[in-house]
Amino acid sequence: MSEPQDPRQAFFIGRRSDGTAVQRPLSPHLQVYDMLQVTSLLSILHRITGVLWSAGALLLVWWLAALASGEAAFALVQGFLGSFAGVILLFGLTAAAWYHTLAGIRHLAWDAGWGFSLPEVRRSGLAVVAGTVVLTLLTFAAALILW
Amino acid sequence: MSASTGPRSLRTPLGRVRGLGSAKAGTRHWWLQRVTSLALLPLMLWFVVAALSLVGADYAEVRAFVAAPLHAVLLLLLIGALFHHMAAGLQVVAEDYIRHEALRLGTILLIKAACVLLAAIAAFSVLRVAFT
Repeated sequence: MSEPQDPRQAFFIGRRSDGTAVQRPLSPHLQVYDMLQVTSLLSILHRITGVLWSAGALLLVWWLAALASGEAAFALVQGFLGSFAGVILLFGLTAAAWYHTLAGIRHLAWDAGWGFSLPEVRRSGLAVVAGTVVLTLLTFAAALILW
Repeated sequence: MSASTGPRSLRTPLGRVRGLGSAKAGTRHWWLQRVTSLALLPLMLWFVVAALSLVGADYAEVRAFVAAPLHAVLLLLLIGALFHHMAAGLQVVAEDYIRHEALRLGTILLIKAACVLLAAIAAFSVLRVAFT
C-alpha cells in the first residue's frame, strides 16, 4: 500500500476473504461499474454536463461584460457566437444544459424519495435522454428560424 | 453508562441532537444546492426564451432588453443562483476526486474565488447596462 495522502483513506482499509489487507478505492472508482449498465453512465454524465455548463457560464459572463463595455467588444462576442465554432459550442452547451436540467429534476425526485424501483429508474433515465434530444433540437430549430 | 440504545458512538448526545456533523455545517451545503437548482429551473427557462428572443438583435436592442427592470432583476437573480450552484457542484467534484489534501483545499478555494469573481463581473455588467 502506498502512503495515503488523504486522511479519508483511513476508512477505506478492508480485508479480503483470505484475511490480507486491501485498500478500498476512493472515488472516482469508475472501474467497478459496467458502463453498459446505463444508470451509472447517466449518473456520471450528470456530473460531466454540470462541469461543462460551468464553462458555459464563462460565455455568459463574457457576453454580459462585453455588452456593458461597448459596441466593439459586443460585436466580437456576437461574431464568435455566430461563427461555425461558436454555433457548435452553443449546440453542445445547449445539449449539456438540457441534460443537466432534466437529470437534475430526476435527482430532485429521488431526493424526495420517488422513483427508486429499477423499472422506474430505467424509464426516467430513458425519458431524460429522449427529452434532452427533443429539447436540444427544438431550441436550435427555434434559434435557426429566428436567425 | 449512557442512555444511547443505538450502536456505540463517540458523538455526544448534544452533538447528535444538533446534527451538524464534523464540519459543523450540517446539511446546509447539500440543501442550498437543491434550493438553487429549484430556483434555476424557472430562471433558466426564462433565459432560454430571452436568448431566443434576442437572436439577430443589434447592440442597442440587446442593451434595451437587459436594461428593462424586470429583465435586469431576473438576470441578477439568475447570476446569484447560477454561481452559487456552480460553486457548490464543482466543490463536491473536487472533494470527490482530488486525494492530496492541500491540493484539494487549494482547488476548492480557487473554485470559490473564481465563482465570486465571475458573479461580480456579470452582476456589475448588468447593473452598468441598467443604470447608463
